[in-house]
Amino acid sequence: MKTIQLNYVSGSLFCMLLLLGCKNETSNSDSSLHTDTMGETQEQGQAFIENDVAVPNVLQIAIGSPDHTTLVAAVQAADLENVLVNAGPLMVFAPTNTAFDALPEGTVEDLLKPENKEKLALILKHHVTPGNYDKDFLKKFKQLGQASDLKTTVEIKDGEVYVGGAKIVASIPAGNGIVHVVDAVILPPAN
Amino acid sequence: MNKSKYYLGAIAALALLFVGCQQGANNSGKGALSSSAAEKVYVAPGEQDEYYAFLSGGYSGNLTVYGLPSGRMFKEIPVFSQFPTSGYGYSEETKPMLNTSFGFIPWDDAHHPDISQTNGELDGRWIFINGNNTPRIARISLSTFETEEIIEIPNSAGNHSSSFITENTEYVVAGTRFSVPVPQRDMPINEYKSNFKGALSFLSVDPEHGHMDLKFQLLMPGFNYDLSHPGRGKSHGWFFFTTYNTEEANSLMEVNSSQNDKDFIAAINWKMIEEYVNNGGGTKMPTNYAHNIYDEATHTGTTTMKKEVLTVDPLDVPGAVFFLPTPKSPHGCDVDPSGQYIIGNGKLSADLTVHSFDKMIAAINDKKFDGEAYGIPILKFEDVLAGTVKSGGLGPLHTEFDGKGNAYTTFFISSEVVKWELETWEVIDRKPTYYSVGHLMIPGGNSRKPFGKYVVAMNKITKDRYLPTGPEMEHSAQIYDISGEKMELIYDFPTHGEPHYAAGCPAELLAANSKKIYRLDENKHPYAVPNPADARVERKGNEVHIYMSTIRSHFTPDNIEGVKVGDKVYFHITNHEQDFDVPHGFSMIGQNTSELLIMPGQTKTSIWEPKKVGVWPFYCTDFCSALHQEMQGYVRVSPASSNIELSWSLGDD
Repeated sequence: MKTIQLNYVSGSLFCMLLLLGCKNETSNSDSSLHTDTMGETQEQGQAFIENDVAVPNVLQIAIGSPDHTTLVAAVQAADLENVLVNAGPLMVFAPTNTAFDALPEGTVEDLLKPENKEKLALILKHHVTPGNYDKDFLKKFKQLGQASDLKTTVEIKDGEVYVGGAKIVASIPAGNGIVHVVDAVILPPAN
Repeated sequence: MNKSKYYLGAIAALALLFVGCQQGANNSGKGALSSSAAEKVYVAPGEQDEYYAFLSGGYSGNLTVYGLPSGRMFKEIPVFSQFPTSGYGYSEETKPMLNTSFGFIPWDDAHHPDISQTNGELDGRWIFINGNNTPRIARISLSTFETEEIIEIPNSAGNHSSSFITENTEYVVAGTRFSVPVPQRDMPINEYKSNFKGALSFLSVDPEHGHMDLKFQLLMPGFNYDLSHPGRGKSHGWFFFTTYNTEEANSLMEVNSSQNDKDFIAAINWKMIEEYVNNGGGTKMPTNYAHNIYDEATHTGTTTMKKEVLTVDPLDVPGAVFFLPTPKSPHGCDVDPSGQYIIGNGKLSADLTVHSFDKMIAAINDKKFDGEAYGIPILKFEDVLAGTVKSGGLGPLHTEFDGKGNAYTTFFISSEVVKWELETWEVIDRKPTYYSVGHLMIPGGNSRKPFGKYVVAMNKITKDRYLPTGPEMEHSAQIYDISGEKMELIYDFPTHGEPHYAAGCPAELLAANSKKIYRLDENKHPYAVPNPADARVERKGNEVHIYMSTIRSHFTPDNIEGVKVGDKVYFHITNHEQDFDVPHGFSMIGQNTSELLIMPGQTKTSIWEPKKVGVWPFYCTDFCSALHQEMQGYVRVSPASSNIELSWSLGDD
């Protein structure tokens, strides 16, 4: 019981630090007119704008979900935060922590290593489509062109929608698109 | 107890994880000491900028003039939109500029400015810009900085792959984004496929006075023609257009026009087609479009309705049109300064496709085709490909060049400018933009000779860059210094409307030619008052024509009687100042139009239809002099049945 509460608290802190901490940083660099390194820091851009009024974007939805901590960690490791807050529209297939856990042991840890950043980014981009379609509408497609520059399949089995073999288990509309929660990691086809 | 320590530790660890951002701030602080960004953009009071930049105004319909590197805005030039500041589109002389076959259209969506060229280099005579919505091309004088000509484009819709010019300003090119029935007719929308056409229009430009003439229209298959650029150097004589929706879908385009792995870049040998039409080729088609020309001597625009257009079927000119397969619905179509490389920016892709002009010519000569589309040969992708830029970014839109072997591409989704090297196709540098960049501009970037010192990135989204001004904000632009190996973000400034592309040039190319006054002795306006003694009022039925002159600080005449309710009163005002930057304004109470702003030596006309009996004042709206507040007059308006004779005066008791 206590554990759950603390998890919740640390999850909230996680979000606040991410959104507020970096906002301060942006202000700092803006106020120092002399800087030439305004563009140098990674944690700047749309992802780090404080905004408690607009409908959450796909990144904020992922961050707010306790079932997607692995995905969020991966997005941060790959420096893809700003991509996920773009006007898009973006359709994100968000594998749950359980889905990541189902990968062979050590896979996630390996991908999170700095030297595998490119590989990780490719896999994550393979979970993103430029578009915004709800689950029913997705049934019109046979395939989707992903941000990885690769295609992935769309299949219907027993009325359920599978994207790249992963089943859509929930869908959350976002300010800049939609998040479809999926039960598996969608791996890009090998070359 | 121990357990809670553990949890606190976990929270602290998380906090540390995100303090990473704060370290960035420290770095910024250090950068402040070691950098000279402020010096680089600082143009001291009284000093002038190094470059002119002309940013399209997008949905403002206008063109704005900025200085680089200061980011200061100098002027908004009204083009496709009425502009109450000067009376453009409101004055009788400028109303004809906005005439079209649909009637008077007081607005458009201005997109892609391009400066005239000679031998592939900017010559600073004119700047052209397209109206996207009701297809038009405008020509603006770079001596008066005023719109001098607007020509409507028939058979076109969403005039987007425009208004790019060939390297001797032989042509300004206007391509349709939306294919439509040609000629327009009543037909089911879902019969689009193979029935709609995409018209690519070539407007010749008179080398002396710049007047445009719609020389021919190439009627292409019904794709969407997105952007275009001319060949130059070795590829001079060709024009390249990106296409999307080669699927020819007519609904839910965001899905249905992205089904093909590759669309095309259309390569058009316009010299070959020009020769064909010069020898009597092509088919004349009845149509109707407006051609509006503003005459600097009469200070007046006139509209001519044209009734015919020469169309060309690409199949009638074999060897003139080819398709280059290009992945992922390419948006920007850019040609490097040498004319060798044609870049397709695949907007749904991470990669850029670079085609080789030499390879294209070789493939054409060897007739190595990979099928055809509506009879137009398709070249093999592998045969024309020079290279692929594996950028790692997302959503490439547009590319410009620095003339030193480097290219700069904007990425909308990953919100960055990426610098890469021609021929090695290697990425050299990347810098974030704030936020979601569309176009970028290097002065002279669309020519053989770019001036590779600054790049201006024009962003689509502003969010928190400036003090907030409610939900609607001006778009942001950013200036990067590109003189070194790495790009350096040096400045941020708001823009007006939504800039889609821009054109820039060195200040010295234009500054010396910028007109200071219009000479009064060259004023050929039919209602001009060459001398204040000629000022008068004339009645023609219910029309009253007031021939008025202005000089600091009075109107001649300033007391007018004999005007009646129901009259149509024309104020024809000639500004007798011959001094630099002394305009006079004119406004009349209750007038259903805008003010006038009249430049020295110029005549402008405004209509007033008085509705109420009384004595009504008019005044000068421009603070012209120490006695500006005294610059006013009265018109007495009598009942319609009144017998009061017309009279006018200045200084009479």
